[in-house]
Amino acid sequence: MEQAMNESLDWLDEIIEGFGSSRTSLIPVLQSVQSKYRYLPEHVMSHISEKMALPLSNIYGVATFYAQFSTQPKGKHIVQVCDGTACHVRGAKDIISRIRKDFKLDAEKNTTDDKLLTLETVACIGACAMAPAVIVDGHVYGHMTPDKMMNIISEIKEEETNE
Amino acid sequence: MNNIIEKLDKEMYNNIEKPCLEYCRYMLGLQELSAEQKKIADDLTGVYTKKTNMFKAQIALCKGTGCQASGEISLKQKFDEVIKAKGLENDIHIIETGCRGFCEMGPIVEIFPQHYFYVRVTPNHVEDIIEKTILNNQVIDELVFEGSPVAEEMNFYKKQTRRVLAESGMIDAENINDAVAAGAYKGLKRALFDMTPTEVIDEVTKAGLRGRGGGGFLTGLKWKLTAQQKETIKYVVCNADEGDPGAFMDRSILEGDPHKVIEGMALAAYAIGAEEGYVYVRAEYPLAIARYKLAIEQAEKMGLLGKNIMGSNFNFSMKIAQGAGAFVCGEESALIASIEGKRGMPTPKPPFPAERGLFDKPTNINNVETYASVPLILKNGWEWYASVGTENSRGTKIFALTGKIKNTGLVEVPMGITLREIIFDIGGGIKNGGKFKAAQIGGPSGGCLTEEHLDMPMDYDSLQAAGAMVGSGGLVVLDDKTCMVEIARFFMHFTQDESCGKCIPCRVGTKQMLELMEKITQGNGTMEDLTTLEELGLVVKNASLCGLGKTAPNPILSTIRYFRDEYLAHIVDKKCPAGECESLRTFHIDAEKCKGCTKCAKVCPNGAIIGSVKQAHEILQDKCIKCGACIASCPFNAIYTA
Repeated sequence: MEQAMNESLDWLDEIIEGFGSSRTSLIPVLQSVQSKYRYLPEHVMSHISEKMALPLSNIYGVATFYAQFSTQPKGKHIVQVCDGTACHVRGAKDIISRIRKDFKLDAEKNTTDDKLLTLETVACIGACAMAPAVIVDGHVYGHMTPDKMMNIISEIKEEETNE
Repeated sequence: MNNIIEKLDKEMYNNIEKPCLEYCRYMLGLQELSAEQKKIADDLTGVYTKKTNMFKAQIALCKGTGCQASGEISLKQKFDEVIKAKGLENDIHIIETGCRGFCEMGPIVEIFPQHYFYVRVTPNHVEDIIEKTILNNQVIDELVFEGSPVAEEMNFYKKQTRRVLAESGMIDAENINDAVAAGAYKGLKRALFDMTPTEVIDEVTKAGLRGRGGGGFLTGLKWKLTAQQKETIKYVVCNADEGDPGAFMDRSILEGDPHKVIEGMALAAYAIGAEEGYVYVRAEYPLAIARYKLAIEQAEKMGLLGKNIMGSNFNFSMKIAQGAGAFVCGEESALIASIEGKRGMPTPKPPFPAERGLFDKPTNINNVETYASVPLILKNGWEWYASVGTENSRGTKIFALTGKIKNTGLVEVPMGITLREIIFDIGGGIKNGGKFKAAQIGGPSGGCLTEEHLDMPMDYDSLQAAGAMVGSGGLVVLDDKTCMVEIARFFMHFTQDESCGKCIPCRVGTKQMLELMEKITQGNGTMEDLTTLEELGLVVKNASLCGLGKTAPNPILSTIRYFRDEYLAHIVDKKCPAGECESLRTFHIDAEKCKGCTKCAKVCPNGAIIGSVKQAHEILQDKCIKCGACIASCPFNAIYTA
């Protein structure tokens, strides 16, 4: 988080310039910020507000409307469990409750205290044939079980400790 | 530009079946072409750099999201390695295709010219495929799915009529030449040179194409309404915000054959008089976005998008807008707000987007499958298109077959086919020999179909009469182990969560309905709750602002209609017949299967399991906290829920 505070925002100005400062660019700009910082820091939203000449309230409104944006820092690794219909009937809820149980998370608190892991549920990633499916840091895994899920997470944790 | 298409058509016909020898030989440096041919080839080279089809054999690897998740990436590497090691680079050509539809059995590999269809292929099979099948023409039995090795003869494909999906999985989706060779942009060419915009609209109207995204509105009529507007600036928008959980046909079309969508949008633009288009794609579909972006770039390079398309003076360009995770944005006025950079909230209609849409200009919005159907109508004529389907539902529809079904995947069938044919003939029946209970169609907006509907024709009107809808075409098959009350609760949880909060009936109504459903699934429901649910459902349906709220009660109303006994079991008997609702299920040990290994007793956090070593154990119901730890620990599957 401190990194985001102190860093120059020149890169953001370039992005805004690239997309153009019309209102239609707001979502693409926020998506760029979200993918860089994994959340939308307040001072960055203020900066966008000035650069794009949009009221901060409008930007906050968009940021809180869409599920892709977060105003709180997310974990370093993101586990997205698909809870679309197909995954739901094939056992996605067992995977979700296992992760919540093992990492002391719940519906409100979805990031671990060490900020290593964020658990999200997403509505259908369209990989219904491999249900239940999960996305870990962008990679899709199919035919998941609670045990397989925990193995994948332990591997990530191991890599982190080795680094 | 026009002549490139004509030349390609006549002289450089190029697909898996009929490779274009001249072009291939020229690209490989084997043949000189006439100056004119060279020019064509050079024009194409910018986008067509891969070696093409002058090969002994071709291997088509499915690179759809499904097969990739099953591990396709290392397959490609392995094929490359083996082919190189054997020095067969000039004999075997690999193409990476989009989705072939049979996702359950991925990764799929198809071998040409034999048309052998191999399933669940792993890198260990690669050596054998090259050695046995390609070099010695033998079938590898263990990679064949039940019966015939040839795709067209498999039950899964035999009963399908693949039109929109005909090229998906057959062509290299990242190469416009494959698409052009397979007939892409011919419909656009016909429209631009031989037809007026009005004639295009007439053709689409006569074909009887209805919106494939849910509404089922006649596409030709929608276009006509936008075309009639006097404004000079108009837009076409493609709704690729496929948010309906359990549907993935739009994703597969964008990944497997993006040019059909580009062509369909260009046709709509020509028909209504627009020069700009937007494709609104969910951010959850990164591969579809990447493929579509590439397809746009390639079409621009070939002069099929942009200024003066094919030399016809018609201009049309398009942009991709990425969604940011809001189901309500599938509603057209919310989608427009989202493209404009606002919160994706719907607005009251009228005005309809056809009158005042994107940036307050007349806008035509259709979904992916609808646009992808249009080039077929223009290429083959409306009579051809209307030759399949029923009186009021023409053409084919893609269904995403998921849930407790044996052959999960995408199927394209003529409208009017029966549910029985889809589930049992194409889908192979219920997974693990279970019993068919219901099919949930149309996702969170739809309803369920039961045994009595198995022989009903699947078309817009029959489904509506049964209290369901075609919707986007998600078809989730449920067996006797699925609790219908729980599935209705699941959908209500989804819509309640996705309600944008603008209108009260939807915002408050869905919340109340969800709470009542939770009460019932937890065993605290009363008969009064059931009546309230039905009444409230009608209010939310009638009073909500947009399609999300208007359809949100459907799963509950439809399950109450067809599975009232299950609701009563939860409310009166406090039992979940399917054993799915956690608070209502009880755990039991099958004394015959139990070997007395004591594992369950050790993991039970509440000491609710008693029994001595090598003797059948027992669960004390009053101590059991229903955590399920025992089930996971039992090596003999002796613990069950009821």
